[in-house]
Amino acid sequence: MSGEISLDLRLPIGGLFAVLGVMLAGFGLVTGSDTAMYVKSGGMNINLVWGCVMIVTGLIFLGLAKRGARAG
Amino acid sequence: MDVTPIIHLTAIDYAVMAMYFVFVLGIGFALRRSTKTSSDFFQSGRSLPPWVTGLAFLSANLGAQEVIGMGASGAKYGIATAHFYWIGAIPAMVFVALFMMPFYYGSRARSVPEYLKLRFDEKTRTLNAISFAVMTVFSSGISMYAMGKLFNLLLGWSFDVSVLVSAVIVLAYVFAGGLTSAIYNEVLQFFMIAFGFAPLVFLGLKQVGGWAGLTARLSVAAAEHGQAAGAYTHAWQGMTNTATNPLGVEWFGLVMGLGFVLSFGYWCTDFLVVQRAMAADSMIAARRTPLIAAVPKMFFPFLVILPGMIALALTGAAGGIIPAKMNSAGQPMLDAAGKAVMDFDLATPMLLIKLFPEGMLGLGLTALLASFMSGMAGNVTAFNTVWTYDIYQSHIKKGASDEHYLWMGRVATVGGILLSIAAAYVAGAFNNIMEILQLVFAFVNAPLFATFALGMFWKRTTGHGAFFGLAAGMSGAMLHHGLTLPNGSVPGVKGGFLSVLHTYPSELAQTFWTAIVAFSTCVVVSAIISLMTKPRPEAELKGLVYSLTEKPVDSGIPFFKRPLTFALAVLAMTILLNLIFR
Repeated sequence: MSGEISLDLRLPIGGLFAVLGVMLAGFGLVTGSDTAMYVKSGGMNINLVWGCVMIVTGLIFLGLAKRGARAG
Repeated sequence: MDVTPIIHLTAIDYAVMAMYFVFVLGIGFALRRSTKTSSDFFQSGRSLPPWVTGLAFLSANLGAQEVIGMGASGAKYGIATAHFYWIGAIPAMVFVALFMMPFYYGSRARSVPEYLKLRFDEKTRTLNAISFAVMTVFSSGISMYAMGKLFNLLLGWSFDVSVLVSAVIVLAYVFAGGLTSAIYNEVLQFFMIAFGFAPLVFLGLKQVGGWAGLTARLSVAAAEHGQAAGAYTHAWQGMTNTATNPLGVEWFGLVMGLGFVLSFGYWCTDFLVVQRAMAADSMIAARRTPLIAAVPKMFFPFLVILPGMIALALTGAAGGIIPAKMNSAGQPMLDAAGKAVMDFDLATPMLLIKLFPEGMLGLGLTALLASFMSGMAGNVTAFNTVWTYDIYQSHIKKGASDEHYLWMGRVATVGGILLSIAAAYVAGAFNNIMEILQLVFAFVNAPLFATFALGMFWKRTTGHGAFFGLAAGMSGAMLHHGLTLPNGSVPGVKGGFLSVLHTYPSELAQTFWTAIVAFSTCVVVSAIISLMTKPRPEAELKGLVYSLTEKPVDSGIPFFKRPLTFALAVLAMTILLNLIFR
């Protein structure tokens, strides 16, 4: 029998974004005091800011996948 | 190739990259268990939801040529590059959704060439299948070559290692999970591109002082390049005359050549994208696929064209983001006026390096790498399907078991990747050969939409008409190219190899008019030969021709969920974008 796909795509998207978000935000926290490093991005700690955005996005995808699994 | 790399990555950048590849390979591995039949492998068992096929439809085309090339065009032509989206892609995507998907999906054809077989005959299918198969292998090879060269220049990675490693990764996940695996990774890549480039545009705009600051800086740059002040920030300014806009094209050539012939030809007939829609789980999902893709597509200019424009704005007369193009002796190349020629292809990658600190740099470069690899995977999945169904099954081994064709698909995946690697090295060794091949592909593609449109909407079109019309269209394109030349080029690959009867103001203008000539020739010749040959009985054309097929009935679906409503909303938004950036 064909057809049944065993993986909900929202899971790996959510997982990847959550993990990458934690990595970037964590790196941003550790390097936050290094002003020389953030001259490039105009003084903004882009690692921390964008890491947080990615964590939230990842969690939304994981939430959708969880809801989908319950409904299915 | 030993060069001093422009930047070195640190541990966090490599960690981000590695994590992405863990997920890419994980998806392939997880899908291995549900890939049991040839239909699973080549068509995803026609079981994917429309948001997945929609984003893959968009993403399969979002290879490196798109990300790097659109940034380069943004730096070269400004916001007028958005015509490739707002005049080019979107109307064609709406058309394929509303008018062509019912035939592709409804006819149960497994590939675009197979539709040609059902509608016309074996020879038309074979002509299309072989030219398509050759093209996909070379496109994938060109993608690999461009990646190896770029990462060698930026990071000092070995060309051989980056080509081989990326080939092995793509091979692993396509081999394991087939089309589903390629599609899943394309969707993942879509999000990587969006999240890798959105902060780039954000930081870039902040640095140039927002849209107003960008406009001010680019009007200075426009003056330096002999353009009117607003030329780089207005898409429609000066489009009445070829001399008054950066594209060097007038509106008729733009709308007919790019908007109609080239874009409809690509989005409506290229199996690489259509295959994604054909993997959808129902007819309505297949019809929605291109429409779902059209929504992010219309905003992509802001992600891929703006970085090029920002890079140009930050590059003054004294240099800046975009480096000068080097000749083979390592000296900067100069134009006729003695000014350094900018290497526009580096606009986006260099902006990435200049604005992203460690960490985000890893994310941005991973997004770039992802786009190269999914470009490869898209071509390989289209290749293995066309090879197995349209060449192997119809000419070499008919009537074998499903298991045999599944096995053949996997073998074709390995073969396709090996051929792509070979093509990548050919591209590196003989630059001219690739340019000539791309030109030949342009001739082959230009008349295709005419054949499909006549086949779907004029029941009188015959197989002989289609085949000879297609051949005549290709020859027409070649003849037109051989007799015309863009301003300032020497006769050869750029055109005029037979004789120069007409000079176009720009390469784009020549390309667009070649397409218009090919299309018109194909229509005229197909029509004449069709009328001279015996038509097929109408009963055989049910489900293949518009007037003989039941229209999909949407009256059971609420008004706001119907594809037509969706399509009108997409078109209205596109018109609005054209008005805002006129």
